[in-house]
Amino acid sequence: MTLDRDLMQTIIARYPRSRSAIMPLLHYVQSVSGYVTNEGIETISEILGIETAEVSAVATFYTQYKRKPVGEYHVGVCTNTLCAVMGGDAIFSALKDHLGIENDGVTADGKVSLEHIECNAACDYAPVVMANWEFYDNQSVESAKSLVDGARAGNPPAPTRGPNKLVTYKEASAVLAGLDDGLAREGLQAGAPTLLGLKLSKEGK
Amino acid sequence: MSKLTPVLSAHWDEADSFTIEAYTRHGGYTASKKALAMDPDAVIQLVKDSGLRGRGGAGFPTGMKWGFIPQGDNKDHYLVVNADESEPGTCKDMPLLLANPHVLVEGCIIACHAIRAERAFIYIRGEVTHVARRMNAAIADAYKAGHLGNGIDITLHIGAGAYICGEETALLDSLEGFRGQPRLRPPFPAIAGLYARPTVVNNVESISSVPAIINNGAEWYQSMGTEKSKGATLYSLSGHVNNPGQFEAPLGITLREILELAGGVRTGHKLKFWTPGGSSTPLFTDAHLDIPLDYEGVAAAGSMLGTKALQIFDETTCIVRAVLRWTEFYKHESCGKCTPCREGTWWLVQILRDLENGTGTEADLEKLLDLCDNIMGRSFCALGDGATSPITSSIKYFHDEYIAHVTNGACPFDPVKSTLFAGAVN
Amino acid sequence: MTTTQESAVAVEMITVVIDGFEVTVPKGTLIIRAAEKLGIQIPRFCDHPLLDPVGACRQCLVDVEINGRAFPKPQASCTIPVEPNMIVKTQLTSPVADKAQKGVMELLLGNHPLDCPVCDKGGECPLQNQAMSNGRPDARLDGYKRTFEKPINISSSVLLDRERCVLCARCTRFSEQIASDPFITLNERGALQQVGIYENDPFKSYFSGNTVQICPVGALTGASYRFRARPFDLVSTPSACEHCASGCDMRTDVRRGKTLRRLAGDDPSVNEEWNCDKGRWAFKYVTSVDRLTHPLLRNADGVLVQASWPEALAAAAAGLKGKRAAVLTGGRVTTEDAYGYSKFARIALGTNDVDYRARVTSDEERDFLAAYVAGSSTTYRDIDAADHVALVAFEPEEESPIVFLRLNKNFKKRGLKVSAVATKGSIAMDKLKADFIKVAPGAEPAAVSSLALTAKSVILVGERASESAGLFSAVAALSAKTGAKIAYIPRRAGERGALEAGALGTLLPGGRPVADAAARVDIAAAWGVDSLPSTPGRTSQQIIDALASKELDAVVVGGVDAHDLPAGSKALDAMKSAFVISLEIAPSAITAVADVVLPVAAITEKSGSFLNWEGRARAFDEAVADSHNRSDVRILSMIADAMGESIMLGTVTAAAREFNQLGKWDGARVQLAPVSPATPSSVTGNEALLTSWRRLLDMGTLQKGEDNLAGTRRPTVAVISPKRADATGVKTGQQVRVSNAHGSITIPVLVEDIHEDAVWIPRNSFASQSLVALDAVHGEVVTVVKA
Repeated sequence: MTLDRDLMQTIIARYPRSRSAIMPLLHYVQSVSGYVTNEGIETISEILGIETAEVSAVATFYTQYKRKPVGEYHVGVCTNTLCAVMGGDAIFSALKDHLGIENDGVTADGKVSLEHIECNAACDYAPVVMANWEFYDNQSVESAKSLVDGARAGNPPAPTRGPNKLVTYKEASAVLAGLDDGLAREGLQAGAPTLLGLKLSKEGK
Repeated sequence: MSKLTPVLSAHWDEADSFTIEAYTRHGGYTASKKALAMDPDAVIQLVKDSGLRGRGGAGFPTGMKWGFIPQGDNKDHYLVVNADESEPGTCKDMPLLLANPHVLVEGCIIACHAIRAERAFIYIRGEVTHVARRMNAAIADAYKAGHLGNGIDITLHIGAGAYICGEETALLDSLEGFRGQPRLRPPFPAIAGLYARPTVVNNVESISSVPAIINNGAEWYQSMGTEKSKGATLYSLSGHVNNPGQFEAPLGITLREILELAGGVRTGHKLKFWTPGGSSTPLFTDAHLDIPLDYEGVAAAGSMLGTKALQIFDETTCIVRAVLRWTEFYKHESCGKCTPCREGTWWLVQILRDLENGTGTEADLEKLLDLCDNIMGRSFCALGDGATSPITSSIKYFHDEYIAHVTNGACPFDPVKSTLFAGAVN
Repeated sequence: MTTTQESAVAVEMITVVIDGFEVTVPKGTLIIRAAEKLGIQIPRFCDHPLLDPVGACRQCLVDVEINGRAFPKPQASCTIPVEPNMIVKTQLTSPVADKAQKGVMELLLGNHPLDCPVCDKGGECPLQNQAMSNGRPDARLDGYKRTFEKPINISSSVLLDRERCVLCARCTRFSEQIASDPFITLNERGALQQVGIYENDPFKSYFSGNTVQICPVGALTGASYRFRARPFDLVSTPSACEHCASGCDMRTDVRRGKTLRRLAGDDPSVNEEWNCDKGRWAFKYVTSVDRLTHPLLRNADGVLVQASWPEALAAAAAGLKGKRAAVLTGGRVTTEDAYGYSKFARIALGTNDVDYRARVTSDEERDFLAAYVAGSSTTYRDIDAADHVALVAFEPEEESPIVFLRLNKNFKKRGLKVSAVATKGSIAMDKLKADFIKVAPGAEPAAVSSLALTAKSVILVGERASESAGLFSAVAALSAKTGAKIAYIPRRAGERGALEAGALGTLLPGGRPVADAAARVDIAAAWGVDSLPSTPGRTSQQIIDALASKELDAVVVGGVDAHDLPAGSKALDAMKSAFVISLEIAPSAITAVADVVLPVAAITEKSGSFLNWEGRARAFDEAVADSHNRSDVRILSMIADAMGESIMLGTVTAAAREFNQLGKWDGARVQLAPVSPATPSSVTGNEALLTSWRRLLDMGTLQKGEDNLAGTRRPTVAVISPKRADATGVKTGQQVRVSNAHGSITIPVLVEDIHEDAVWIPRNSFASQSLVALDAVHGEVVTVVKA
């Protein structure tokens, strides 16, 4: 696939100053290529009128921009303290063994990549696993293994709080570039922990 | 009568709560209509009078922040909403936006009107695809409904994984297309923020609290909370409890009260330590169960209310392991700009790793504390300070446990016992 | 800095107490600099007085109290300006500040390699020095150190050892803030943060060497100096740069008779603390070429053979005595040497036939120089105060890089408006966001006339204005109309000095017109002669023509490259049939046709001075002691003695003293008779009007032997407009052939912003020597076809 410069211009047009578009443009490059390619950096440099070094300085600062290909399903296991203690460490370790890859590794079939991630703002659902940055709540070693097995087989389970079907890494990157994939109305509005206080309040507690 | 006061969360239990239809059904976009008819200064005054304080951690009075924006300066003003929620333990803004993004849109409209801004940016962290979808759709629907586009615009900006971008000046640099590293202050954002223009940076929850204040009045908001910490807020309970989740309650509620609501600490276990407002706030123990969880109460007890991220750990948890993980987090997220944070976290992690493995020494503990002393208050921004909080506070309360690792030559804890699945088995 | 600024407005002064001592400094002064005034050195790394404060390294923490209220934690003294009622306690009086500094130093050293014994910076390293003065006596961080592959080439000239880097970001901030060349940036994050380039684009900045100089550790090193010396083995001499008219203050470091490096000196009025890479690294020409060591004489067989000095001087004198002789001296000789050539022509040769302009010239330019430049005093300070700077026939980054830096500083700090009348855009024009007034070659005068300037504006006009008839006249008229100041900026370091020294056919020293009898009397009296020749001298072109037509018998040539002269090969032919004395440091095309060749001292082997474009004297001492080589002026004096026509300039000091005593002419100035613009040639089809200038880095004689530097030069290209590219059927990167009746050049094309009628090629670059290959200059018709 090639970069659509007209589309890139519409991303730039969201901002009063073009340089602000560098982050969505990098997400967009990932949505086309699966990672931040040199072509992507050079194209962004050209259309924003800044140096390639300035683009790569930004691209290497943020964890989500990948300078080499990740899997079609990028799986992140939260190993920040709370999730790690609640089982994240065990899940991460089990997935490494199960997939035969290390942190930041990609399976040979290119389907799944694995990364330990930091707190993903879902602590009341710990331990948490993200796939293409969709929530998989209250995971166990078994549920995480079925997630990656499903991903490798091309039918991953749906996220706990997300669309009805897990999108690919490139598709998710397009959403992060601010592009509408029409799936906003799918999925839960909230999981049980989110609603706990409200429920108790209604019960008069 | 319930101790809980769901306002933000009042309608989250409706399956379509995130839609404009549901939001409008419950009186959504009436507050903005009302506010737009008011003099902007009157809106600022109302928010000042309500006593609303920043919910992102620092607790700065929101109305006062708005009042700092110079008026009649013929410059563009900007509102920037900090939705980069990344502080470990903090998990209130993402579920809020998943369940009801429109309340933030409406809050932005009101805030923009108050500070005479024509454009707001919502900077949302990048690791939450579905929240981004919902937010994007809400903005699009608000445009369709004519709430936006008539003098007030909102641009959604999606981050790419950098905790430091929760620091407001780093967020602004990131939004301008640079590496998200904190800026020198002064100038403060109110004078020279985004694109060097007067800018208000507010947390999601702060801005989302505004529509209800406009509709119900300052007095209503003042009626909740404590003397200096007014209103209600989202407390996020997680970890070793029977029922984790979000609890919207007046400021000043205690952990003991929240734990009671949540069915207590994991059955068969007891509270060991907890964070009042995320990992950057010094730890508390079971001795702090009755501290009022408001800005003053928590500060008086030596910590910070922060983001009200109540992470609960029971006695199965090794304190050294917990602190090491947080320290690894700070090392990973240090932006690299200043020496104490960048280099300090590099060494803190190594010393803690040795201590956890049982290969550390008592002298290492001294070194650890002295390094923290050389980082705390010496770093460019609060990230470095935050990195030292778990270490210094944990050594304060659990010095003996650190020493036990040294004398044992190994970690005396079984990590399996702490897991959710082990808990289920027990 | 603020402390050195001359300002008509009274600066508010603030008194603060630092370590118990009061100091009064201008408002806005940072604590760290106020402390310096007291002699209190607060350790620092990221702080640099010419870069914006960043507060990143945290080494300069001090305790601060204002109005009795103390900051709860130590503050970075490099970011906080002084305030009234401020009390500062540095590491000298505050145990908290002292511990904070020692703590930061420990962390900086923790990941720093222990390779000081092999590090170029060892012995002059701020990290080393401040670790000794402000660090802990012992080390206690004994875990794993961060390692990186080392070193990496970030350009052919600069290497980076990342594990030595303390991430102060001086280099990246310099590149962005000062040079506007953000080709190096901070990459990655946290403990892995590192300086770097984008992998496909090296650090090709003309100013990259400054980053090596301001690096407070040995992370950035210059390829040409790496592992060559220890600082304590070097003998340093203040010097001045010989490469252009910017006038950089420099320092030359020599070990055992050989220059090993040159550094930018600190002159706030001129180059601040910067210089360009040519000034920094192009010094090997002195040692890398085969230097002339003995005089040479052409024998009866027409072969140059070694001769003794007495033989050579006698031959030179005999060849000149009673002959019709002239002097050609290039723009790179010192003011003292130029003065020697000027006086030698008038006294020993009895002629005004002397010209320093070894390039394209015009009578209009000569008269403009006499009327507006000699004795003028527009300075860098005028750029600082200007409301608008107009660039005319002048590309600042290529032709006077420090002028570019000063323009850029004013653009960045205060939005200085810059306009450029030119045929082609340039990188500097982009950086300065200059208003590009695009004209066809030859159409510049009309565009200049319509510039809207004020009395606060400055017109920077380059020597290339001589290539468009009427352009100097238009500049003069614009200045007269608006009051804008004129600054003439030649390319070469010696041109302004040569002008003031009277190495020009119509001017005597001090800007005295040859045509003015009183002026001649002035100089004749000072020189102790009865009279001076009154016939205005020939221009360099006329001298060559006169040699060819045998109207002149002989010529004395110093510091001239034939390829700089229009019709250089014809010039050499003309010289073959005349008696030629060549004063040179190394064999050249001209020594090859000379009858007497006299070796002279290179710049590092002699003292002297240049006058930069401002007319400011840039004096320097000999950096290499005990050289046997003599300066041009000494040798001219010896020839004159041998001729029995003494000029009494036995030493550089004598020449300098005499020249300075002459003073400036205060009589009537030469008037510039306005010259009308020529009608620009029209072009059709594949015809184009040539335009050209010299790049900073090219085939210049003084860049010989420095391959690392050459690696950062800009590519040789022919620039054409998109429309012409379409018509020619070429795209960027494809080859075109630019040709005329004289010859042709085949080089890659770059499609860029240039006037449709024009083609631009660099003048003296690899594969593109327009004067040699095409014998063509600005405005001449060439053809451009796909190759």
